[in-house]
Amino acid sequence: MAVVFEKPKALTDAVLHYCPGCPHGIIHRLVAEAIDELGIQGKTIGVAPVGCAVMAYDYFACDMIEAAHGRAPAVATGIKRCRPDNIVFTYQGDGDLASIGMAETVHSAARNENITIIFVNNAIYGMTGGQMAPTSLPGQVTQTSPYGRDVKHCGWPIKVCEMLSTLEGPEYIARVAVNNVKNVKNAKKAIKKAFENQIQGKGFSLVEVVSACPTNWGMTPQKALEWVESDMLPYYPIGVYKDRSAAKEAE
Amino acid sequence: MAQRVLMKGNEAIAEAAIRAGCRHYFGYPITPQTEIAAYMAKKMPKIGGVFLQAESEIASINMVYGAAATGCRVMTSSSSPGISLKTEGLSYIAGSDIPAFVVNVQRGGPGLGGIQPSQSDYFQATKGGGHGDYRMIVLAPASVQEMASLTIKGFNLADKYLMTAMILADGTIGQMMEPISFEDAEIEHYEKPWALTGTEGKRPHNVVNSLYLQPDKLEIKNFERYERYKIVEENEPMWEEYMMEDAEYCVVAFGIASRVAKNAVVAARAEGIKVGLIRPITLWPFPTKALRKAADQVKSFISVELNMGQMIEDIRLATECRKPVTLCNRAGGMIPSPDQVLQSIRDAAKGE
Amino acid sequence: MAKVTFNTDLCKGCGLCVNACPKGILAIDANQINKKGYSPAVMTDQEKCIGCAFCATMCPDCIITVEK
Repeated sequence: MAVVFEKPKALTDAVLHYCPGCPHGIIHRLVAEAIDELGIQGKTIGVAPVGCAVMAYDYFACDMIEAAHGRAPAVATGIKRCRPDNIVFTYQGDGDLASIGMAETVHSAARNENITIIFVNNAIYGMTGGQMAPTSLPGQVTQTSPYGRDVKHCGWPIKVCEMLSTLEGPEYIARVAVNNVKNVKNAKKAIKKAFENQIQGKGFSLVEVVSACPTNWGMTPQKALEWVESDMLPYYPIGVYKDRSAAKEAE
Repeated sequence: MAQRVLMKGNEAIAEAAIRAGCRHYFGYPITPQTEIAAYMAKKMPKIGGVFLQAESEIASINMVYGAAATGCRVMTSSSSPGISLKTEGLSYIAGSDIPAFVVNVQRGGPGLGGIQPSQSDYFQATKGGGHGDYRMIVLAPASVQEMASLTIKGFNLADKYLMTAMILADGTIGQMMEPISFEDAEIEHYEKPWALTGTEGKRPHNVVNSLYLQPDKLEIKNFERYERYKIVEENEPMWEEYMMEDAEYCVVAFGIASRVAKNAVVAARAEGIKVGLIRPITLWPFPTKALRKAADQVKSFISVELNMGQMIEDIRLATECRKPVTLCNRAGGMIPSPDQVLQSIRDAAKGE
Repeated sequence: MAKVTFNTDLCKGCGLCVNACPKGILAIDANQINKKGYSPAVMTDQEKCIGCAFCATMCPDCIITVEK
């Protein structure tokens, strides 16, 4: 018998601190698998965010840095501009990337910074206990939108992929989900491609991973994944929003 | 004799940084320091370096954080309101114990303030600015030559002590032109085993981080950091003494204020008042020993500042309030005239 | 012939593997409590396992090894 599935080497032995059923663990694994398969662990430098994934620096076995809230793309820019031959990725949540760090996100995309961004969208601030995120759905109940997100009062959730794909700069913008086996496998392909693009010098690649927060959504892990399908994905459709190289080839 | 070139203060900083081995500059435009960015934008692409205009001061200091974490010599520059934005990154850099080099060519504040020279960021620079317990090495040039030599010194000190070195200049020295020499500059090199370079499969992963959720570990980090700061306070204070041998009164001033004060000291001496000047060159570490020694000798101190009186607190602390300290100041972008300082010296001599 | 091994001590009992299994042969064992204080996932019928690794694909804690 041969091993067909085991923990990737790009993950350390540290025990993940995430809540039971939190898909962060799945997404960490997908990133680590991509790093393993591309054989780049020795030259990868990761940037951890502020939020639930703040301790990602303990989980990835490559060199890591912990950024201030939202600043991961700027930190990654500084690293990449000093060490262009290293592979630099950020791992960020929705509050980090789409609220406090929106300027850094947009401008690193506009510069086509040759980095890889893994953007985990679970429509809530998890670490601080379940407040409204820039991606919380209309009507979604959170600690700071206890009567449901009122779009007249606090605006509409931001569709990051759609917005970034209007820019000339970025190479690759895709949205995936991790709510079932098929989607997880497709998410893996997109994440791997986002790293390959960087290796090939193609530039800014962002993969938005639509995820779940069972704890702060107040659902069982399985129910949360079902809610991703029924409520999240209609507002945040899966797909490739921009792929400059593929578009060029098609011409 | 060393070759001398005529340069603007801001450009002298930029050229000195390049000579110190800095090949990465991240910044955001703000008056009155723009010549630094302009110089870097011209030079860096020609010497294999990187000049990048960031989307904000916040982004630029975080680019510095990332770049510094790779072990590169890197810098940013700004002016007062921009430095306020950068304090987030300065706190993270301090908490991660990595070296960085930052320039503040001060302008009047608070708020948007003005664009004329000021020294009103003394507190911000020497007492922290950002959150948490930390220090920066703060260097206060009083000439274009010092803009250059303290820049090189700043890069060396930052690497040596794993902390941020800040040039605290002002619009006047930034815009002033004087002949300077780079030839005595000594570039020091330090090993950086902590740097993010990729493990290459040869070592455990390096982590650059300021988060310690266990309070006992965070406490240890803080105590260790302050042990290092103690060494800086012991070894690195720099100051200039002028006509202090027989002085009965002591003017204390840094940067552009010290140049005005020097003229006033000469004028007061001509009137027979025995006055001298102590010019702190490092604002942190503050030249406490020099001030303490002077307190045994002089009858009183006069603090000359381009602010509402900030360094005066450190003078009182350093001298343990053993002698009176008066303030001679202008604010908002105004500079005291030599006559104003002279009058303050006369008042001190009269015991007023 | 396939074999699924759980690092049971690290299981958080979230049950995502149980739902992902196409053969319905995984379960949360309510009679067991692991070191972390959770009732872990267990294999109920190894013979029927086809080694598809769906369980491992959905496991957030990387505690499943699949051999085939």
